[in-house]
Amino acid sequence: MLKVDMNSEKPIFIQIAEGLEDAILSGALDEGGQLPSITELSVQYTINPATALKGINLLVDQGAAYKKRGVGMFVAQGARALLQKKRQGDFSARFVAPMAAEAKRLGLPRQELMDMVALEWDSAEKG
Amino acid sequence: MAIKTQNLTKRFGLVQALQGVSITLEEKKIYGLLGRNGAGKSTLLNILTGRLFADEGAVTIDGENAIENDRAQGKVFLMSEKTLHPDSMRVRQAFRWAQTFYPGFDQGQALSLSGDFGLSTNARISGLSTGYHSIFKLVLALSVNTPYVLLDEPILGLDANHRELFYKRLLEKYAAAPFTVVLSTHLIEEVASLVEDVIIIKDGQVLRQESRDSLLSQGYTVSGGAAAVDAYIQGRRVLGIDALGGLRTAYIQGSPDKSAPSAQDLEFGPMDLQKLFIQLTNS
Repeated sequence: MLKVDMNSEKPIFIQIAEGLEDAILSGALDEGGQLPSITELSVQYTINPATALKGINLLVDQGAAYKKRGVGMFVAQGARALLQKKRQGDFSARFVAPMAAEAKRLGLPRQELMDMVALEWDSAEKG
Repeated sequence: MAIKTQNLTKRFGLVQALQGVSITLEEKKIYGLLGRNGAGKSTLLNILTGRLFADEGAVTIDGENAIENDRAQGKVFLMSEKTLHPDSMRVRQAFRWAQTFYPGFDQGQALSLSGDFGLSTNARISGLSTGYHSIFKLVLALSVNTPYVLLDEPILGLDANHRELFYKRLLEKYAAAPFTVVLSTHLIEEVASLVEDVIIIKDGQVLRQESRDSLLSQGYTVSGGAAAVDAYIQGRRVLGIDALGGLRTAYIQGSPDKSAPSAQDLEFGPMDLQKLFIQLTNS
């Protein structure tokens, strides 16, 4: 479900957090369901347990996950809506800004870019 | 609880192998001991475990002087290039032997790990291939159950599957009951994600000792056209520069300055351990 790219520019703990967020957003991890343990994450991705913990703690800090003492980490109720809202807030910086910069670099006219976005929007809607 | 060295110095003839080495290996942490060939990694590990004597300096293990102290040394296992087993000994015998030196040695675990790696316990140690000789030593290291396990070039000759299996078994063991692990290697990329702290040595001296994350957060890379990069790096602490045609990547200490006049033509990225290591230990 989750991929860790050692050669990525992104720190591993952020990749872990984003991978878990993706799984919550897609419904692969249910609200109220248990998250993979630190040990499972550490062994699966051959990363230091402290790194895995740092990743999970990013979810806890946002209120998307919580710890049950002696049991493990769980997805919080309302985590999906919370993460959707956060990702919507990041959307422009994460996706639109690099797209606009690349379009500029390639000399694509503004209107053409807008048309492409509209076209992709429609085809995504049709599934 | 820790292994500590103070001002270790060791000279072999004209070669200054270690010079004023003071390090701390805390309990329950995974360390990367990183250095180029001949930097002094093995000398340091051999001094910690009493196989070599330092010319000057001190080593303590959990507060006790480590020199000729069996009780202190019983807490430390060193897997090194040289093994101390008689040539004709079989793997299974070596496991029994290990138990007499390390009371915590778990034979059942050693046999089960041998099975996982496909190591024949009937084989004579002298007859093992380079890869299986490494595996034999790793099986010992993962079964001794000492609070400190030092691994000198642990993955020498191991294929990708066996390396992966070793890392997973190591992390499972560490998760079940944390202990101090030192991975001494020049293969930085392999261990970068595993280690919590990093010790970098060069020419017998410690260049850096700190957590991997804090080390990496002290630097960044900046890439772009030669003119833009050259303008940006003026007056900054540059560790090194890679050039590819008209493109440059500079490795810089400090924090990115995105308000610099040339910043919009540049791409900023995080430092990676392998690149930082190369820049620090070059020349």
